[in-house]
Amino acid sequence: MTAIPTLALSIGWGTTLAIKTLIILAIIPLGALILGYVFLLKMMSHMQSRLGPMDPGGFHGWYQLVGDGLKFLQKEDIMPAQSDRRVFAAAPAVVVLSTFLVFLVIPVGPDLVDKSLNVGVFYALAVSSLSVIGVLMAGWASANKYALLGALRAAAQLIAYELPLLLAVVGVVIQAGTLSLQGIVLSQQHGAIFGFGGLGQPFILTQFFGFALFLVAAQAELTQTPFDMPVAESELVAGYMVEYTGFRFLFFFIGEFGTAFGFAAIAATLFLGGWALPGVHGTWADILGPGVLFIKLMAVAFLMFWVRFTYPRLREDQLQALAWKVLIPLGLANILLTGVFKVAF
Amino acid sequence: MSTTDAAPPSSFQVDRAAMRHLADAQVNVELDTGDMILNLGPQHPATHGTLRLVVRLDGERVISADPVIGYMHRGYEKLTEFRTYPQITTLINRIDWLSSFANEVPFMTAAEQLMGIEAPPRATYIRTVLTELSRIATFLLFLGEMGLQVGALTPAFYGFRDREYVLNLIEAATGGRFHPNFNRIGGLKDDLPWGWIAECRSTMKIVLDACDDFEDLVLGNEIFRARTRGIGIIPAATGAPYGVSGSNLRASGVDWDLRRDARPYLAYPDLDFQVWTHPDGDSYSRYWVRLQETRESARIVLQCLDGIPAGPIMAKVPRIIKVPAGETWVETENPLGQMGYYVISKGATGPFRVKIRSASFSNVSILPWLLRGVYVPDVITILASLYFILGDIDR
Repeated sequence: MTAIPTLALSIGWGTTLAIKTLIILAIIPLGALILGYVFLLKMMSHMQSRLGPMDPGGFHGWYQLVGDGLKFLQKEDIMPAQSDRRVFAAAPAVVVLSTFLVFLVIPVGPDLVDKSLNVGVFYALAVSSLSVIGVLMAGWASANKYALLGALRAAAQLIAYELPLLLAVVGVVIQAGTLSLQGIVLSQQHGAIFGFGGLGQPFILTQFFGFALFLVAAQAELTQTPFDMPVAESELVAGYMVEYTGFRFLFFFIGEFGTAFGFAAIAATLFLGGWALPGVHGTWADILGPGVLFIKLMAVAFLMFWVRFTYPRLREDQLQALAWKVLIPLGLANILLTGVFKVAF
Repeated sequence: MSTTDAAPPSSFQVDRAAMRHLADAQVNVELDTGDMILNLGPQHPATHGTLRLVVRLDGERVISADPVIGYMHRGYEKLTEFRTYPQITTLINRIDWLSSFANEVPFMTAAEQLMGIEAPPRATYIRTVLTELSRIATFLLFLGEMGLQVGALTPAFYGFRDREYVLNLIEAATGGRFHPNFNRIGGLKDDLPWGWIAECRSTMKIVLDACDDFEDLVLGNEIFRARTRGIGIIPAATGAPYGVSGSNLRASGVDWDLRRDARPYLAYPDLDFQVWTHPDGDSYSRYWVRLQETRESARIVLQCLDGIPAGPIMAKVPRIIKVPAGETWVETENPLGQMGYYVISKGATGPFRVKIRSASFSNVSILPWLLRGVYVPDVITILASLYFILGDIDR
């Protein structure tokens, strides 16, 4: 159909795989850094009247992120004497691995997707919860009570919020009639808004409820405020990350923001039409697709971080009550309604 | 201003489930999982310094909590015996370091009482203004930091930012942001600088606006309410015997403010102000009371500025201060609660003995009672809402 897959075929399967893997490996830290820079440093500084991150390097404090990164690299790699050394070392890698696996299935153009699985949504949400294992490993291996409490909180929370996350997505899946992320994007291109068909039909219009549920549950999955009990700074200091320094801590940081990037991309794909831009087709969609997805993704991420910097945090029991008593019933109701409408219309 | 004029009626039920759970955990041997002892502090972000809490946990439920104090003991009571009266100001400045000026006042008043002199009215008014400014500075920090302790990062920065305006005022008047050392026996070191009063008026507008911001951002937040309503309830009948004082006790519905109820000091008898109370006694009401008191302090400052008399700022005092023999007890309403000095003089240049009653010491003594049966996150909420300064505990 276009030049890109042809090129990929001509250079062979193994090379293509290597290139794709390298690109995705590069996207994770890049995405994490972009989110960290735009939201954590700039947006937060504006919201909180912070002067520090706006100053270094002259224009808008561009050097702050570089300085932070260099600082992490210089830190001593401390491993607690009582720790389970191998598990302690492996935990950050597990967290980043789960982020990596999510990115495999996100389409960024009609032909640009690493693995176009026909169970893409299911796969993405399943591998994203692998990070719980890394978190538990970190908390257990640190031989620290704060880390242990943080890890157990994280496990309870991530399991509880996995369910509303899935339920929120099911509405989209019913409407699109497919589990493939690419298929969901394509199905949003057809349809009409009050008779006007030019924009297609992003699912945020019909599945607004699901979108809100997804954002809340994603916020909990990412352990961001108001659901940041596992890392609660004022109580558990840094939760499961408390014993990590330097490069390993940077891994957690990249995992956290990389996953935020991934979830924002999934939300943009499921509800905002993904890479699709109305009126752009064919090769142009492949060229513009990543940029379009990036803009949509940043809009979603803005919402997430806005909430993160504004709200206090819930207590563990309130958090569980919210998941089981509010979000899950709402998610089920959403599925029911979607099903009824699907059959009726 | 969006504030309500009267304290809202008590609107929640005390949840006894916590106590029942504890009883179950003790009775049910099969489910006995053993307790974990968690050392909260002395280095912990929520303990404002070096308070150490030894907490026994069943899961995340606190079975018992023991505050361990003394990591910062500086021996001020003993040190005062080897200093002259003017030198002591420097020491007592550092007891509650967030409101240093308010610390100096009761000691100066005690010395003046023993010597039988009285500061001139202008000095008294300026002292009142500076005391209220330090109260505002302390409370603004609290209003922000309480948000931080329940997980909202942003209010903390607003608190620090707005406090800076007040500290600038204090610095302009006294030369010191934190430790003014501005009081002298019989008056003040200097008069106010030119233009200060106008500056202070405009800053009070900033403070009142900041209070409205905090009301919207923190107090009005659903999650903040969920985290603080019904958490850490101090009934008036329990709080008073433990020696809890100040805003913490007023939040339990006790209408007791030393500015109004103690032996008259500073310019408070001339001023018209309201004492705020809240019937509930939980963490939320402690925040609410402090928010209202910040506003009230700003109003007091504006009143003082309107009524500030002209005249000298120092009474006639001998060059070498010798305080005649005698004893006196002076207590004042400090930002953290009741602060008192019992001064015994034997006629020398320094006191024979000084007993310092600091508010935080008594306020944290209720912690073992208060923390039983709450969750770990609530421990932090309660610590934050009691609002203590380590220097005020350990002296």
